[in-house]
Amino acid sequence: MGASQSAGTEHEFQDMADRTGFSLEQIGNINKRFRQLSNNEETLSREDLASIPALDNNPIRAQIINAFFDKRNLHQNETGTVQEIGFEEFLMVMTHFRPAAMGLTEEERENLRREKLRFLFNMHDTDSDGTINLEEYRRVVEELLSKAGTIGQETAKAIADAAMLEVASTTRGKMEPDEFYEGITFENFLQILNTFDIETRMHVRFLNMDTATLRCGKSK
Amino acid sequence: MACRTCLWLLGTAFFTCTVRLVVEGTEVGAPQGSHPEPGVVGSNHSQAGGGHGSSISGIQIVTFKWHHVEAPYLIALWILVAGVSKMVVELNHSLTSVIPESALLILIGWILGGIIYGAGKMQTFTLTPTVFFFYLLPQVILDAGYFMPNKLFFSNMGAILVYAVIGTCWNAATVGLGLWGCWLGGAMGDIDIGLLQFLLFGSLIAAVDPVAVIAVFEEVHVNEVLFIMVFGESLLNDGVTVVLFNVFDAFVSLGGAEIDAVEIIKGIISFFVVAFGGSLVGIIFALLISLLTRCTKNIQIIEPGFIFILGYLSYLTAEMLSLSAILSIVFCGICCQKYINANMDECSVTTVRYVMKVFANGSETIIFVFLGISAIDPAIWVWNTGFILLTLLFIFVFRFIGVFLLTWILNKYRLVPLEFIDQVVMSYGGLRGAVAYGLVAMLDENKFKEKNLMVSTTLIVVYFTVMLQGITMKPLVTWLKVKRAAVTELTLAEKIQNRTFDHMLVAIEDISGQIGHNYMRDKWHNFEERWLCWLLMKPSARKSRDYIFNIFHQLNLKDAMSYVKEGERRGSLAFVRNETKADVDFNKKFRASFSEIMPDIMADNMGPDHVPLSSILQDIVPSVCLDMHEQDLEMRESEDFNAHHLLQQHLYRGRKQHRHRYSRSHLETNKDENEVQEIFQRTMRSRLESFKSAKMGVAPAKKIQTKHQKKDKPQKMPNGNSTDKSKNHPYGDKDLEFSEGDCGSGGEAAGDLFPMRAYGVEAGIVNPAFMAEMDPMDNMQQMQQIPHVALLPQTLNSFDP
Repeated sequence: MGASQSAGTEHEFQDMADRTGFSLEQIGNINKRFRQLSNNEETLSREDLASIPALDNNPIRAQIINAFFDKRNLHQNETGTVQEIGFEEFLMVMTHFRPAAMGLTEEERENLRREKLRFLFNMHDTDSDGTINLEEYRRVVEELLSKAGTIGQETAKAIADAAMLEVASTTRGKMEPDEFYEGITFENFLQILNTFDIETRMHVRFLNMDTATLRCGKSK
Repeated sequence: MACRTCLWLLGTAFFTCTVRLVVEGTEVGAPQGSHPEPGVVGSNHSQAGGGHGSSISGIQIVTFKWHHVEAPYLIALWILVAGVSKMVVELNHSLTSVIPESALLILIGWILGGIIYGAGKMQTFTLTPTVFFFYLLPQVILDAGYFMPNKLFFSNMGAILVYAVIGTCWNAATVGLGLWGCWLGGAMGDIDIGLLQFLLFGSLIAAVDPVAVIAVFEEVHVNEVLFIMVFGESLLNDGVTVVLFNVFDAFVSLGGAEIDAVEIIKGIISFFVVAFGGSLVGIIFALLISLLTRCTKNIQIIEPGFIFILGYLSYLTAEMLSLSAILSIVFCGICCQKYINANMDECSVTTVRYVMKVFANGSETIIFVFLGISAIDPAIWVWNTGFILLTLLFIFVFRFIGVFLLTWILNKYRLVPLEFIDQVVMSYGGLRGAVAYGLVAMLDENKFKEKNLMVSTTLIVVYFTVMLQGITMKPLVTWLKVKRAAVTELTLAEKIQNRTFDHMLVAIEDISGQIGHNYMRDKWHNFEERWLCWLLMKPSARKSRDYIFNIFHQLNLKDAMSYVKEGERRGSLAFVRNETKADVDFNKKFRASFSEIMPDIMADNMGPDHVPLSSILQDIVPSVCLDMHEQDLEMRESEDFNAHHLLQQHLYRGRKQHRHRYSRSHLETNKDENEVQEIFQRTMRSRLESFKSAKMGVAPAKKIQTKHQKKDKPQKMPNGNSTDKSKNHPYGDKDLEFSEGDCGSGGEAAGDLFPMRAYGVEAGIVNPAFMAEMDPMDNMQQMQQIPHVALLPQTLNSFDP
């Protein structure tokens, strides 16, 4: 909130802007927000994110917060999580939610789509083995229904099983009686969500306005 | 078949005409078919008393009391004619896939109008504004509001409002001014008209019509965003149309000189009042409906009625207060749908949905047929080439320009820009319809000297848009490769992902500190859940509202229903209503059929709980045992089965018809025990007869039917031989269905008696029928020793439902 930007960071921002496609103002705003969340420190930890009051109502907050610290989303080829992230990593995660620019080629669109879906996939695939198996899927459904209160765990399990069954039947077709269905792979995931307009659905409007200061009273 | 219905349709029309002619002939001094007053019926029904003026000399056994029933009779007759027209239209599917239904209905209207005109030399049945606006339009709009996809509607609300308000104003202004300019330039010849009248005409012809849009777009399944844009615009532009119409009407009455800035400002203010006031009235009525349905638990049978009455009242109230009636009823439908669907009983919800559709479709049909009929009236036709052609040109061209302009502006602010192709379709889909005709028919002839010209032009515009644009819409959409609506329903996985998306987007917005679309939606959602649902929903409905759970519930219901359908297809005999859960076979059955799809999810990942999926299904169908897999295959082969089934149906059904407990509030199926018993006794008697005759060697048993004792033989039949020949019908209460059909052959009868006993006794009886190489005769000899008569009381007891 009003932290002065030295010439060095200005240059970094420009760099980031080129790489991620955000505009300078947007990066500036995100930076301000970052500083606000991290109490003006250099890095952000899980507790900082967890302390956002608005997130309390969100049933999948744990998964979202994890996603920020997941190495796979940070364009590193490792797995596992980090404890703290810097501004650049924060920005990396945010780029997944950038709206699709106009005039992209087919290939670029496809890449963008894959990237966004990869983010989603990683969110579900908590053990980083490349597939979403039944346990993980169950956890997803349970979390989704956790706010509903009266829905029991059994129902959540049943729903997850039914969904899994559906996916298996559509992606694998008929399987031999003794074949084992390991889980949803990334390719299957793409297939299921084929009809979704990911490029258009999965984005947040990053205004050029500095809304971080506007919401001063409510956030944090 | 086609000829018959056509003949019937023509016959009805002829009947109507002849009736009228006859009536006019017998009326004493009644004025001939006057100008259409309020009501579809053009004739005078105030003459009711006059017809009976002739002297009565004695008691008349039968009298022809036409006047007595004239008004309702004609109305009912016309509704029938409209319905039959729709039937005729739908006869040929290849035709309806090319030409939209609405166009064909107008065509039929022309034919009917021609017949009526030819019969009476005047058009007595026309679409009058009163009937249209009060009796035909509300249902269509209520239907539109009730079935509106709210989420889609509100997320595109900004764009819809821009098109509806600014777009309609633009259309009205440009068409009006364009025509005026051309008139000044002399393109229209000499007509008594002025600028204000042109503007008024522009405003009523500018509005996109909801009825026409529904009718045409229904058959062309474009993607939902495009549809909601055009559709939403057609609904919301009523606010503008009403205001413009009233304002210019007032201006015309005032005369050009009185218009000054004050009046114009008043006009602008009236727009806001009319639009927001109308919506507010609708929302208030929606609240009323929701609150009402909260308390109607004890009168579920008339619950649906409230929706319609209150919806209609919202329309009339807004009309009374000179606000926008269409906006009122639309918002009433939009706002109340969620709460009434949650509060009301499922039967009531189904009723509301179906009745709503019946009314809306019926109204639409009548509207289009009468749009056709109203045209066949030389009295109203004034031809002015310039006026008509220029109007057509202007509405078409200016619509395109308007849409493209507005979209270009909107795309700067939209997250998902509207593509070029979509814009083209949106412009082309700006259809005018009955609302424009209704408005123009309301004009005062004294103020508007050229009313007939305007009416003619409006009719031609309507025909052009509905018929020509309607016919070419589908090819255009296909040619331009417009994105179509998704045909298949979302899978469960996709729905779950949908949910995840929403939550994720909200979370990201929270984290990044942006106030975005999702944030707003989330806030509204929270507010709604805390306050509105508490106020408007029944406590029991509040609990089971979760989205995913509802999906699950629907899926379960669907599964259960397809399960039952499958069972009935193979012969309902397979179902047993068992008091105790028959879980043993169930598991196996389930494993067998589903193992292809889900091999080891069941086995390996379960851990402590053993066969979860079957447990799910057990919850769905608790006490139904589905032992149908193996035996049904054999059942199909046997012809006796068919005879059996046939007999069962005939015999049973006949009796069912008789017992009707008449009640206005309860719809019950017949569960009469006595009936069941009686049938059983009859069949038992007849079986004894046939059994005796078979014993004498009269009729050799065709096959043996034995009952499969579940507890004894959980797996398949012990030997292949008897399996082929035997039918296995494990069941309890429905014994009698089983037994009825067996009157045919004695051998079967023998077999049947036996299992009943076995079932009743519940001991581990080895069914002699199961023994290998069974000779029917042997079987029967054994049967003789069985005191079958004594069995009756015992098995009868098991029939108690």
